Amino acid sequence: MTETAEKALPDGWELVVGLEVHVELATVTKLFCGCANEFTSDPNTNVCPVCVGLPGSLPVINAAAVEFAMRLGRALGCEVRPSVMARKNYFYPDMAKDYQTTQYDQPTSIDGELMLGDGAVVGIERAHIEEDAGKTTHIGGGGRINDAEYSLVDYNRAGVPLVEVVSRPDIRTIDHAKAYVSELRDILLATEVSDAKMEEGSMRVDANVSVRPVGSDELRTRCEIKNINSIRSLGRAIEYEALRHIDLYGSGEAPRQETRHWDEAGGRSTPGRSKEDADDYRYFQEPDLVPLRPSADVVAAIDATLPVLPAARRARFAARCTVSAATIATVVERGQDNLALAAIEAGADADKVLTRIENDLAIDDWSLVSVEGLAALISMETAGELTATQTKQVLAQLASQGGDPKAIATELGFEAMESDELDVLVDQLVADNPAEWDRFTSGDDGDRKKMQGFFTGRIMAATRGQADGRAVAEILGRKARG
Amino acid sequence: MSAIETARAVRAGERSAVEVLEEHLARIDAREAEIHAFNLVTEESARVQAEAVDATVAAGGDPGPLAGATVALKDNMCTRGIPTTCSSKILEGWIPPYDATVVTKLAAAGAVFVGKTNLDEFAMGSSTENSAFGATHNPLDVSRVPGGSSGGSAASVAAGFAALGIGSDTGGSVRQPAAFCGVVGMKPTYGAVSRYGLIAFGSSLDQIGPFAADVADAAALFDLIAGHDPRDTTSIVDFVPSAGAVLDQGVDGLRVGVVRELSGGPGSVEGISPDVIARTNAAVEALAAAGAEVEEVSVPSATLGLSAYYLVAPAEASSNLARYDGVRFGLRVDGATTGEMNTATRTAGFGEEVKRRIMLGTYALSAGYYDAFYGKALKVRTMMLNDFASVYDKVDVLITPTAPTTAFPMGERSQDPMTMYVNDVCTIPSNLVGHPGISVPFGVGDDGMPVGVQVLAPATHDALTFRVGAVLEAAANAGGES
Repeated sequence: MTETAEKALPDGWELVVGLEVHVELATVTKLFCGCANEFTSDPNTNVCPVCVGLPGSLPVINAAAVEFAMRLGRALGCEVRPSVMARKNYFYPDMAKDYQTTQYDQPTSIDGELMLGDGAVVGIERAHIEEDAGKTTHIGGGGRINDAEYSLVDYNRAGVPLVEVVSRPDIRTIDHAKAYVSELRDILLATEVSDAKMEEGSMRVDANVSVRPVGSDELRTRCEIKNINSIRSLGRAIEYEALRHIDLYGSGEAPRQETRHWDEAGGRSTPGRSKEDADDYRYFQEPDLVPLRPSADVVAAIDATLPVLPAARRARFAARCTVSAATIATVVERGQDNLALAAIEAGADADKVLTRIENDLAIDDWSLVSVEGLAALISMETAGELTATQTKQVLAQLASQGGDPKAIATELGFEAMESDELDVLVDQLVADNPAEWDRFTSGDDGDRKKMQGFFTGRIMAATRGQADGRAVAEILGRKARG
Repeated sequence: MSAIETARAVRAGERSAVEVLEEHLARIDAREAEIHAFNLVTEESARVQAEAVDATVAAGGDPGPLAGATVALKDNMCTRGIPTTCSSKILEGWIPPYDATVVTKLAAAGAVFVGKTNLDEFAMGSSTENSAFGATHNPLDVSRVPGGSSGGSAASVAAGFAALGIGSDTGGSVRQPAAFCGVVGMKPTYGAVSRYGLIAFGSSLDQIGPFAADVADAAALFDLIAGHDPRDTTSIVDFVPSAGAVLDQGVDGLRVGVVRELSGGPGSVEGISPDVIARTNAAVEALAAAGAEVEEVSVPSATLGLSAYYLVAPAEASSNLARYDGVRFGLRVDGATTGEMNTATRTAGFGEEVKRRIMLGTYALSAGYYDAFYGKALKVRTMMLNDFASVYDKVDVLITPTAPTTAFPMGERSQDPMTMYVNDVCTIPSNLVGHPGISVPFGVGDDGMPVGVQVLAPATHDALTFRVGAVLEAAANAGGES
């Protein structure tokens, strides 16, 4: 079993997962002021009275951020509707105003869905706009807020625009949880809403995990797992948490609803704040901002400029080929799907086009590979005019220099050999190596395989790789049968 | 000499701005010790401004429509490089790095800022007794309060410390002190004047408004500070102030409504004193004599205004005042942990009334109480909007007393929040619905202290309040009322 493969829960238990994903929008400026949306600068250099919450300052919402949020909402199939900003009140040093400006009961986007590669559908409850907090570093003591000697706060990130995408608790397997995040990332990249880098925090995933007996439709107590920094961690964290719940139920206990912190190094989660003594956020409508009321025209304009999304791009290949979904996903993720599709439409074999691209065109710049060139190359391979090895070499040259595959093949001396030429060559080899030929014809399976490799290798060497491997195997087999 | 006349003379080179300023500074020298209108007299920067005005005139330039006019600025509006305290210890040592939009506009118009005026801490109060720096006294009788919370600005204009005053009005904080000090004070339509740089109390209620010795000066000041500001998205786009242009249009044919619930007569809230009722009735008669059609009208929900206000304003304040946490600016009282530092800072930095309102507001927004308190107050606001809309179908403006009584003795109500709150019963409704209102002096009460009459108009009809105010002012002067 490979690491990414599904680990089943103990018999009789079913996983119930919902994901909350915070996405940093790739806008030029922050959500409520003109400061640069750039927090790798020196601490507290991208700040102004608004984003450090100085008395008297007022927010002005960034129209680009709203447009990005609506674009993401539409890409997730959500209804984009009139919305209002709200204040979520709590004290924390990196929350400059000691409230977060977010959306509460009237979010920008509701009721969407995300289709995974295997056709499973995960409902999207909402996708709302909010501001990020600054970054606190606790120095000394235990390194946490209540025991540090002092803390340093960097407000460069304060006010950076986020969209929080909240799924419904529709996810039943770890693989689906991972696929959801991967798919969402692809959509973020395709719509250019975010750079979606989990490891850099521009895409942050919290998992709400619970379990229930198979066949039940109840929603049991969930725990929210935070600090998940990769898709791999997500799988580990969900598995750990599900098993922890099952153990608790098994011993007659029950999990408490709480926020837990994933410890990647330790491979376990530790309790954070319990929801029982959680803050009362005292949400109310943000009086400093006016409601957002996107017109039908604005939404239509967004729809008109939405790119074809990864799921639809993958679906274009489904009826045309038999390669694995992973191969198609890779080609789409790399943005090579339009090239592949055009080559297929030009008559090239779909499966061969996709596997050649997946395996032999894993490069950043393939712009010199023309649709006609690729289609002609694959057709040559399919017709047996080029061997697999030769095809790869021609493709490499196409990618680096461009040109016509036929001309490249000729230039490289790749003339496929006629079968009778090969016959003569094989006869000569058999005559020169009688012991090996004897092992090939009368030995056990192991001998046979080894000797097939021996003869094929000699023939390839003699032809400088121009012989067609399948033709060689066919000749060897025919001669062995006598 | 009025501010308008002063500016005309300064622009014409007939008077020097420095000379005008020195006259005001001399009056401050003479009486500030007994009145305490200012937290800070900005003598030096005022001289620099006045000299610049004179230099511009000498060079043949135009320093602007308020050239050389002296302005007293309430100390809850940010002034770059000059301490801004909100009359609170919690802002100790804080110097804003930016100017409020009104400050920028006034400076560009050639106004000269003589100082930052005292207020009830964070504008919470109706007497200017709740100041961390001591109470302000009424210049007409220093044993009495000047009203509040903009008592310092009102007193400055009444005492001749400045020709013009700038206040903020959340529930009557410009109009009530204007009435108590015998000057004109006006609360604009919500969104007519930018709140950028006004330190927030109740964000959905706060408006900056003008004080002046007469209606024409107040109108000129209003016309200058009003207008859309891209830094305040709640400011009205395309609002074009035009009060000065309509002052002499009279009230012939204008329909004037007397609000039964605020009239002191049958069906009215209680506590409006007979002398105030008598002066208000006299004002209504004066309007009728000037050609207005007068009728009694009903705004039933006006009686609920006080209750709704004391939920909405504290709720917003509890959130707005969260940022005073000792982390970024102002007072910090150390504690063992961040949380203890927050608590120690806020305990030491806020006065009793501020703490009371933070607690009220926190409670009103809390889970389980929101619907019963804050949510219900929002419903009252909607009812009031509907009631006012109906009444403005029948009449053009409404007349009420500004405050139930004349200026009361210092200390009389400072120990009893409820009797203090009732002061604002007539002014609060227009804050809750966002409509404009003006207070104009109309004679004196039994105690010889001035009585203010309030004129209310529908949203954006700010000019109309000044127009009616001018008629009342003329009648008061003609009748020897003041």
